[in-house]
Amino acid sequence: MPDLTAKKKRPLWYNLSPLNLPLPGLVSILHRVSGVVLFLGLIAFLYLLDLSLASESGYAQAVGLLRAPIAKLLVIASIWALLHHMCAGIRHLFLDVDIGTSLHTARRSAFAVFIASLALTASIAVRIW
Amino acid sequence: MVNRIIVGAHYGLKDWLAQRITALLMIGYTVIFLVVWPRPMSYAGWKALFAQGWMRFATFLLVASVLIHAWIGMRNVWMDYVKHTGLRLALEVATILWLVGCAGWAMQILWRI
Repeated sequence: MPDLTAKKKRPLWYNLSPLNLPLPGLVSILHRVSGVVLFLGLIAFLYLLDLSLASESGYAQAVGLLRAPIAKLLVIASIWALLHHMCAGIRHLFLDVDIGTSLHTARRSAFAVFIASLALTASIAVRIW
Repeated sequence: MVNRIIVGAHYGLKDWLAQRITALLMIGYTVIFLVVWPRPMSYAGWKALFAQGWMRFATFLLVASVLIHAWIGMRNVWMDYVKHTGLRLALEVATILWLVGCAGWAMQILWRI
């Protein structure tokens, strides 16, 4: 019977800093960062949903809160996080079913994720500012 | 040193699958939401949207999906960066409690309308 136990001693530390992070790698780490941002933003989202559905005055209060420039910046950042996470996630789903796994296509789809999420964020940002 | 049998135990397969299924559900909700959200926005329209039974059903599925999806994602983050077992356990437990609490809050918001 083959010994399937992975007991080879592996290096514990790889020095990756001399390498440039390729675009798909940047999409990947930003997918993680945006996911954590969305997790942290959950409380603000729920607070606003609570306020806006509680009463007429609560709704007006929520609208008022979102008018402040700092709130608008946070909303735009959250929208980017959501769009990047979603676009990168959709790309992931395709990769999972073996679509677009060649290096060339993967690089192009990573680029497309950036362009799509930034362009959509910009178009929404212009409207809400 | 890695010392375990590396085949046959479905390590993480269910979580992996759950993350994909919840992702598809959330994409579906987003598409539906973009179609039905009130334009122009008003309190009456906003409230009427969430007062509908099917919208509560869909939003409940969204909340459940976020709960599962965020749990798997945050657990992966803790597993990757927090090496101290006790601290990682504490963070994982805190994540679960926080997400379950948020899900309860969301339900209360929806069924109070």
